Amino acid sequence: MAIGLAHFLTVAAILFTIGVFGIFLNRKNVIVILMSVELMLLAVNINLVAFSAHLGDLMGQVFSLLVLTVAAAEAAIGLAILVVYYRNRGSIAVDDINTMKG
Amino acid sequence: MTERKGAARRAREDDRQGNPKAGEEGKEKQMIVQFFFYLFAALLLISGLLVITLRNPVHAVLFLILAFFNGAGLFLLAGAEFLAMILLVVYVGAVLVLFLFIIMMLDIDFAELRAGFTRVLPLGLLVGGVLVAELVMVFLAWQPSPMAEKLRMAATPEGVNNTEALGRILYTDHVFFFQAAGMILLVAMIGAIVLSLHHRRDVKRQDVAKQVARRREEGVRLVDVKPGEGL
Repeated sequence: MAIGLAHFLTVAAILFTIGVFGIFLNRKNVIVILMSVELMLLAVNINLVAFSAHLGDLMGQVFSLLVLTVAAAEAAIGLAILVVYYRNRGSIAVDDINTMKG
Repeated sequence: MTERKGAARRAREDDRQGNPKAGEEGKEKQMIVQFFFYLFAALLLISGLLVITLRNPVHAVLFLILAFFNGAGLFLLAGAEFLAMILLVVYVGAVLVLFLFIIMMLDIDFAELRAGFTRVLPLGLLVGGVLVAELVMVFLAWQPSPMAEKLRMAATPEGVNNTEALGRILYTDHVFFFQAAGMILLVAMIGAIVLSLHHRRDVKRQDVAKQVARRREEGVRLVDVKPGEGL
Protein backbone atom coordinates (compact mmCIF):
# COMPACT_ATOMS: atom_id res chain seq x y z
CA MET A 1 0.00 0.00 0.00
CA ALA A 2 1.58 3.23 -1.14
CA ILE A 3 1.98 6.06 1.31
CA GLY A 4 -0.80 8.52 0.63
CA LEU A 5 -2.83 11.27 2.24
CA ALA A 6 -4.50 8.81 4.64
CA HIS A 7 -1.23 7.83 6.28
CA PHE A 8 -0.18 11.41 6.92
CA LEU A 9 -3.60 12.35 8.27
CA THR A 10 -3.60 9.40 10.65
CA VAL A 11 -0.18 10.29 12.04
CA ALA A 12 -1.24 13.93 12.42
CA ALA A 13 -4.49 12.96 14.16
CA ILE A 14 -2.67 10.78 16.68
CA LEU A 15 -0.03 13.44 17.27
CA PHE A 16 -2.71 16.10 17.83
CA THR A 17 -4.40 13.84 20.36
CA ILE A 18 -1.09 13.30 22.14
CA GLY A 19 -0.83 17.09 22.39
CA VAL A 20 -4.32 17.46 23.88
CA PHE A 21 -3.61 14.57 26.21
CA GLY A 22 -0.40 16.26 27.34
CA ILE A 23 -2.29 19.42 28.29
CA PHE A 24 -4.65 17.34 30.43
CA LEU A 25 -1.89 15.31 31.98
CA ASN A 26 0.40 18.19 32.95
CA ARG A 27 -2.14 20.76 33.97
CA LYS A 28 0.19 22.33 36.53
CA ASN A 29 3.32 22.58 34.46
CA VAL A 30 3.17 25.50 32.03
CA ILE A 31 6.37 24.50 30.26
CA VAL A 32 5.03 21.06 29.33
CA ILE A 33 1.72 22.65 28.32
CA LEU A 34 3.61 24.93 25.93
CA MET A 35 5.48 21.91 24.58
CA SER A 36 2.15 20.11 24.05
CA VAL A 37 0.89 23.11 22.11
CA GLU A 38 3.99 22.87 19.93
CA LEU A 39 3.20 19.21 19.27
CA MET A 40 -0.37 20.11 18.27
CA LEU A 41 0.90 22.79 15.91
CA LEU A 42 3.29 20.26 14.36
CA ALA A 43 0.32 17.95 13.78
CA VAL A 44 -1.56 20.79 12.09
CA ASN A 45 1.47 21.49 9.93
CA ILE A 46 1.69 17.85 8.89
CA ASN A 47 -1.97 18.03 7.83
CA LEU A 48 -1.40 21.19 5.82
CA VAL A 49 1.67 19.79 4.09
CA ALA A 50 -0.04 16.45 3.38
CA PHE A 51 -3.01 18.17 1.74
CA SER A 52 -0.67 20.49 -0.12
CA ALA A 53 1.21 17.51 -1.54
CA HIS A 54 -1.99 15.60 -2.28
CA LEU A 55 -3.74 18.41 -4.14
CA GLY A 56 -0.61 19.87 -5.69
CA ASP A 57 -1.47 23.26 -4.19
CA LEU A 58 1.43 25.21 -2.73
CA MET A 59 -0.88 27.41 -0.68
CA GLY A 60 -0.94 24.80 2.06
CA GLN A 61 2.80 25.13 2.50
CA VAL A 62 2.59 28.92 2.52
CA PHE A 63 -0.02 28.72 5.27
CA SER A 64 2.14 26.24 7.11
CA LEU A 65 4.90 28.86 7.10
CA LEU A 66 2.52 31.30 8.80
CA VAL A 67 1.66 28.65 11.39
CA LEU A 68 5.37 28.20 12.09
CA THR A 69 5.79 31.96 12.49
CA VAL A 70 2.87 32.23 14.88
CA ALA A 71 4.12 29.24 16.86
CA ALA A 72 7.56 30.80 17.24
CA ALA A 73 6.00 34.10 18.37
CA GLU A 74 3.74 32.28 20.80
CA ALA A 75 6.63 30.37 22.33
CA ALA A 76 8.69 33.53 22.75
CA ILE A 77 5.87 35.51 24.36
CA GLY A 78 4.74 32.59 26.50
CA LEU A 79 8.20 31.97 27.86
CA ALA A 80 8.72 35.70 28.48
CA ILE A 81 5.48 35.79 30.52
CA LEU A 82 6.67 32.70 32.36
CA VAL A 83 9.98 34.35 33.28
CA VAL A 84 8.23 37.49 34.53
CA TYR A 85 5.78 35.40 36.53
CA TYR A 86 8.58 33.35 38.05
CA ARG A 87 10.48 36.51 38.97
CA ASN A 88 7.44 37.85 40.82
CA ARG A 89 6.23 34.73 42.53
CA GLY A 90 9.12 32.28 42.69
CA SER A 91 7.10 29.44 41.18
CA ILE A 92 5.30 28.61 37.96
CA ALA A 93 2.29 26.77 39.38
CA VAL A 94 -0.61 27.37 37.01
CA ASP A 95 -3.14 27.13 39.81
CA ASP A 96 -2.00 30.44 41.27
CA ILE A 97 -2.03 32.34 38.01
CA ASN A 98 -5.56 33.64 38.49
CA THR A 99 -4.16 35.84 41.27
CA MET A 100 -2.75 37.97 38.44
CA LYS A 101 -6.24 39.33 37.83
CA GLY A 102 -6.25 43.02 38.68
CA MET B 1 12.49 16.35 -12.86
CA THR B 2 10.46 13.74 -11.07
CA GLU B 3 13.19 13.66 -8.44
CA ARG B 4 11.97 17.01 -7.27
CA LYS B 5 8.42 15.96 -6.61
CA GLY B 6 7.30 14.50 -3.32
CA ALA B 7 7.91 10.80 -2.98
CA ALA B 8 4.33 10.11 -1.96
CA ARG B 9 3.04 12.08 -4.91
CA ARG B 10 5.40 10.31 -7.25
CA ALA B 11 4.34 6.90 -6.00
CA ARG B 12 0.71 7.85 -6.45
CA GLU B 13 1.28 9.07 -9.98
CA ASP B 14 3.05 5.86 -10.85
CA ASP B 15 0.04 4.02 -9.49
CA ARG B 16 -2.38 6.08 -11.48
CA GLN B 17 -0.60 5.75 -14.78
CA GLY B 18 0.26 2.12 -14.22
CA ASN B 19 3.59 3.11 -15.65
CA PRO B 20 5.26 -0.11 -16.84
CA LYS B 21 8.69 1.53 -17.01
CA ALA B 22 8.42 2.50 -13.37
CA GLY B 23 7.91 -1.22 -12.68
CA GLU B 24 10.67 -2.85 -10.69
CA GLU B 25 12.55 0.32 -9.80
CA GLY B 26 9.37 2.12 -8.79
CA LYS B 27 8.40 -0.69 -6.49
CA GLU B 28 11.76 -0.57 -4.80
CA LYS B 29 11.47 3.19 -4.36
CA GLN B 30 8.01 2.76 -2.90
CA MET B 31 9.35 0.22 -0.44
CA ILE B 32 12.01 2.68 0.69
CA VAL B 33 9.45 5.48 0.99
CA GLN B 34 7.19 3.22 3.03
CA PHE B 35 10.02 2.14 5.28
CA PHE B 36 11.05 5.70 6.01
CA PHE B 37 7.46 6.86 6.47
CA TYR B 38 6.78 4.23 9.10
CA LEU B 39 10.15 4.86 10.75
CA PHE B 40 9.58 8.62 10.99
CA ALA B 41 5.94 8.24 12.02
CA ALA B 42 6.69 5.70 14.75
CA LEU B 43 9.58 7.74 16.16
CA LEU B 44 7.47 10.91 15.98
CA LEU B 45 4.60 9.39 17.94
CA ILE B 46 6.83 7.65 20.49
CA SER B 47 8.84 10.79 21.18
CA GLY B 48 5.60 12.80 21.34
CA LEU B 49 4.31 10.45 24.03
CA LEU B 50 7.59 10.69 25.92
CA VAL B 51 7.43 14.50 25.80
CA ILE B 52 4.20 14.55 27.76
CA THR B 53 5.00 11.73 30.19
CA LEU B 54 8.65 12.19 31.13
CA ARG B 55 9.41 13.40 34.62
CA ASN B 56 12.36 15.56 33.75
CA PRO B 57 11.47 18.53 31.49
CA VAL B 58 14.99 18.70 30.07
CA HIS B 59 14.52 15.17 28.73
CA ALA B 60 11.07 16.20 27.49
CA VAL B 61 12.59 19.05 25.45
CA LEU B 62 15.21 16.69 24.02
CA PHE B 63 12.48 14.31 22.92
CA LEU B 64 10.54 17.24 21.49
CA ILE B 65 13.63 17.96 19.39
CA LEU B 66 13.61 14.33 18.22
CA ALA B 67 9.90 14.66 17.42
CA PHE B 68 10.56 17.73 15.29
CA PHE B 69 13.41 15.99 13.47
CA ASN B 70 11.05 13.16 12.54
CA GLY B 71 8.34 15.66 11.61
CA ALA B 72 10.86 17.24 9.25
CA GLY B 73 11.46 13.77 7.81
CA LEU B 74 7.75 13.40 7.14
CA PHE B 75 7.73 16.81 5.45
CA LEU B 76 10.56 15.64 3.21
CA LEU B 77 8.60 12.53 2.26
CA ALA B 78 5.60 14.72 1.42
CA GLY B 79 7.80 16.84 -0.85
CA ALA B 80 8.00 19.98 1.29
CA GLU B 81 11.77 20.28 1.48
CA PHE B 82 11.85 23.96 2.32
CA LEU B 83 9.45 23.59 5.24
CA ALA B 84 11.41 20.61 6.51
CA MET B 85 14.58 22.69 6.68
CA ILE B 86 12.71 25.64 8.19
CA LEU B 87 11.34 23.31 10.82
CA LEU B 88 14.85 22.27 11.74
CA VAL B 89 16.33 25.76 11.68
CA VAL B 90 13.50 27.69 13.32
CA TYR B 91 12.13 25.07 15.65
CA VAL B 92 15.07 23.00 16.71
CA GLY B 93 17.53 25.83 16.35
CA ALA B 94 15.59 28.59 18.05
CA VAL B 95 12.34 27.70 19.77
CA LEU B 96 13.37 24.47 21.47
CA VAL B 97 16.72 25.88 22.54
CA LEU B 98 14.74 28.74 24.07
CA PHE B 99 12.68 26.18 25.99
CA LEU B 100 15.87 24.52 27.17
CA PHE B 101 17.28 27.86 28.34
CA ILE B 102 14.15 28.71 30.29
CA ILE B 103 13.98 25.32 31.97
CA MET B 104 17.58 25.51 33.02
CA MET B 105 17.35 29.15 34.07
CA LEU B 106 14.35 28.83 36.35
CA ASP B 107 14.91 26.80 39.45
CA ILE B 108 11.68 24.87 39.64
CA ASP B 109 10.61 21.89 41.66
CA PHE B 110 9.08 19.79 38.92
CA ALA B 111 8.12 16.92 41.19
CA GLU B 112 5.64 19.20 42.93
CA LEU B 113 4.13 20.21 39.60
CA ARG B 114 3.39 16.60 38.79
CA ALA B 115 1.04 16.10 41.70
CA GLY B 116 -2.36 14.89 40.48
CA PHE B 117 -0.81 13.29 37.42
CA THR B 118 -2.54 9.95 37.96
CA ARG B 119 -5.77 11.60 39.10
CA VAL B 120 -6.43 13.27 35.74
CA LEU B 121 -5.17 10.31 33.72
CA PRO B 122 -8.63 8.68 33.21
CA LEU B 123 -10.18 12.00 32.17
CA GLY B 124 -7.31 12.67 29.81
CA LEU B 125 -7.59 9.21 28.28
CA LEU B 126 -11.35 9.72 27.83
CA VAL B 127 -10.91 13.08 26.11
CA GLY B 128 -8.06 11.73 24.00
CA GLY B 129 -10.07 8.67 22.99
CA VAL B 130 -13.08 10.79 22.01
CA LEU B 131 -10.86 13.10 20.00
CA VAL B 132 -9.17 10.24 18.13
CA ALA B 133 -12.57 8.62 17.45
CA GLU B 134 -13.95 11.91 16.10
CA LEU B 135 -10.93 12.52 13.90
CA VAL B 136 -11.04 8.97 12.53
CA MET B 137 -14.78 9.27 11.84
CA VAL B 138 -14.37 12.58 10.04
CA PHE B 139 -11.52 11.08 8.13
CA LEU B 140 -13.40 7.93 7.10
CA ALA B 141 -16.44 9.88 5.92
CA TRP B 142 -14.39 12.50 4.11
CA GLN B 143 -14.16 12.55 0.34
CA PRO B 144 -12.09 15.03 -1.62
CA SER B 145 -14.24 17.36 -3.64
CA PRO B 146 -14.18 16.69 -7.40
CA MET B 147 -13.71 20.44 -7.74
CA ALA B 148 -10.55 20.38 -5.63
CA GLU B 149 -8.20 20.38 -8.59
CA LYS B 150 -9.88 23.44 -10.05
CA LEU B 151 -10.03 25.31 -6.75
CA ARG B 152 -6.26 25.30 -6.31
CA MET B 153 -4.91 28.73 -5.50
CA ALA B 154 -1.31 28.07 -6.46
CA ALA B 155 -0.78 24.88 -8.39
CA THR B 156 2.65 23.32 -7.87
CA PRO B 157 4.69 24.26 -10.93
CA GLU B 158 6.48 21.50 -12.83
CA GLY B 159 10.22 21.37 -13.10
CA VAL B 160 10.89 23.79 -10.28
CA ASN B 161 12.17 22.76 -6.89
CA ASN B 162 10.08 23.31 -3.81
CA THR B 163 12.03 26.27 -2.43
CA GLU B 164 11.96 28.15 -5.70
CA ALA B 165 8.26 27.43 -6.23
CA LEU B 166 7.46 28.71 -2.73
CA GLY B 167 9.60 31.78 -3.26
CA ARG B 168 7.88 32.55 -6.53
CA ILE B 169 4.44 32.78 -4.96
CA LEU B 170 5.51 34.07 -1.56
CA TYR B 171 7.23 37.18 -2.92
CA THR B 172 4.68 37.94 -5.63
CA ASP B 173 1.07 36.90 -5.16
CA HIS B 174 1.19 36.50 -1.43
CA VAL B 175 3.58 39.22 -0.44
CA PHE B 176 1.15 40.68 2.11
CA PHE B 177 0.94 37.31 3.74
CA PHE B 178 4.70 37.33 4.04
CA GLN B 179 4.70 40.87 5.44
CA ALA B 180 2.03 39.91 7.97
CA ALA B 181 4.25 37.06 9.18
CA GLY B 182 7.08 39.54 9.58
CA MET B 183 4.83 41.91 11.55
CA ILE B 184 3.82 39.08 13.86
CA LEU B 185 7.45 38.33 14.57
CA LEU B 186 8.22 42.02 15.15
CA VAL B 187 5.34 42.39 17.60
CA ALA B 188 6.39 39.20 19.38
CA MET B 189 9.96 40.43 19.64
CA ILE B 190 8.95 43.81 21.05
CA GLY B 191 6.51 42.11 23.41
CA ALA B 192 9.11 39.69 24.71
CA ILE B 193 11.63 42.49 25.26
CA VAL B 194 9.10 44.71 27.03
CA LEU B 195 7.96 41.82 29.22
CA SER B 196 11.36 40.66 30.31
CA LEU B 197 13.10 44.03 30.54
CA HIS B 198 13.55 44.60 34.18
CA HIS B 199 14.90 47.73 35.80
CA ARG B 200 16.51 47.00 39.12
CA ARG B 201 16.32 49.88 41.55
CA ASP B 202 18.77 48.45 44.03
CA VAL B 203 21.68 48.68 41.63
CA LYS B 204 23.56 51.96 41.16
CA ARG B 205 23.93 52.90 37.54
CA GLN B 206 26.01 55.57 35.87
CA ASP B 207 23.88 58.38 34.47
CA VAL B 208 26.16 60.34 32.17
CA ALA B 209 23.68 63.17 31.54
CA LYS B 210 23.27 63.70 35.24
CA GLN B 211 27.04 63.75 35.71
CA VAL B 212 27.57 66.26 32.94
CA ALA B 213 24.75 68.52 34.14
CA ARG B 214 26.19 68.71 37.62
CA ARG B 215 27.38 72.18 38.62
CA ARG B 216 29.94 73.40 41.05
CA GLU B 217 27.37 74.90 43.43
CA GLU B 218 25.68 71.52 43.95
CA GLY B 219 28.89 69.64 44.64
CA VAL B 220 31.02 72.01 46.69
CA ARG B 221 30.09 73.85 49.85
CA LEU B 222 32.42 76.44 51.36
CA VAL B 223 32.48 76.44 55.10
CA ASP B 224 34.06 79.17 57.12
CA VAL B 225 35.65 77.41 60.05
CA LYS B 226 36.32 79.59 63.04
CA PRO B 227 39.63 79.00 64.82
CA GLY B 228 39.28 76.93 67.95
CA GLU B 229 35.91 75.46 66.96
CA GLY B 230 35.07 72.27 65.24
CA LEU B 231 32.85 71.90 62.27
